[in-house]
Amino acid sequence: MSILHTVNKSPFEKSSLNSCLGYAREGSSVLLYEDGVYGAIKGTAIADKISGLSGVKIYALGPDLKARGVSPEKIVDGIEVVDYAAFVSLAAENDKVQAWV
Amino acid sequence: MSEIIKKFMYINRRAPYGTIYAWEALEVVLIGAAFDQDVSLAFIDDGVYQLVKGQDTSEVDMKNFSPTYQALGDYDVTKLYVEKESLEERGLTLDDLMPLTYEDEDDDWAEKDSIKLMSRSELAAIMDEQDILFSF
Amino acid sequence: MKFAIQVNEGPYQHQATDSAYQFTKAALSAGHEIMRVFFYHDGVNNGTNLTTPPQDDRNIVNRWSELAKEHDLDLVVCVAAAQRRGIVDEGEMQRNGKSAQNIADGFRISGLGQLIEAGIQSDRLVVFGD
Repeated sequence: MSILHTVNKSPFEKSSLNSCLGYAREGSSVLLYEDGVYGAIKGTAIADKISGLSGVKIYALGPDLKARGVSPEKIVDGIEVVDYAAFVSLAAENDKVQAWV
Repeated sequence: MSEIIKKFMYINRRAPYGTIYAWEALEVVLIGAAFDQDVSLAFIDDGVYQLVKGQDTSEVDMKNFSPTYQALGDYDVTKLYVEKESLEERGLTLDDLMPLTYEDEDDDWAEKDSIKLMSRSELAAIMDEQDILFSF
Repeated sequence: MKFAIQVNEGPYQHQATDSAYQFTKAALSAGHEIMRVFFYHDGVNNGTNLTTPPQDDRNIVNRWSELAKEHDLDLVVCVAAAQRRGIVDEGEMQRNGKSAQNIADGFRISGLGQLIEAGIQSDRLVVFGD
């Protein structure tokens, strides 16, 4: 069974992303949205942690990146930028959604 | 009440009293108990603080809802998974937690522990088996 | 797919209700069914008709009411959480001796059983919180 994990808080504000990554098993997906998109940026203290996950696909919500002035080239390689329609698809394609608030 | 039986997991990651999430999550569990689903609770991160024994709210003038965890057994909510790593990170052991038990009707009403200590990876595997995950 | 949505935070304070709204809209556009949107914790504050947000910003409450009307959505505000926070309909006003009611169009106040039922009957529960 695959889980879509969602993280909506900044990794520098809360430990939610950290906790999430401890639970994201092979074949699951993680969507960063709202302030969670700050976890997708290159060169931060957690960038290595987020890019070093094998078997877990990471996504970042485009509208939230744009709102925060984060342009596409600033995103960690391998993180896919998606829109709300794709958020819905991810929720439908995975067996369930776990919100790490 | 329902013919469909799903595996419900209620995920608790927050400490009690500082915010209302712990208490209002418990209210969902209690109401949910009437629906005869396969229910379990997970206590992760600061959620483990909800189960610490000796809570005394007299001086903050807030309702002490910790006794409610003791009642869960009577509602057939008998699987309380506590993440080992979260306890350790907070310098806690099982001894610091309330001794929560239930009476197993399939085993001559023997008193058993509701709290099940799990490692993060064990809990992740259990989470994977659930149908619905509630977050508060 | 049948979705159940849970909104745990109030309007403006957190982005949760905005994200929930955008997700709900996208799901409807894709032809999915939204079985129920359940407002819990401070999320019940999305159901008050007394907000007057600035004209140049989105009107969160009205937006939910309009979406509900357009798609016949079931927007449910938890009664226990509503009582704590002062979201009141006609029945609650009478029962609890309140001076007014303030439930917004398209929202209804009901019990936590509605959340559990939504969990049982939907294919996916998506939670928006903080």
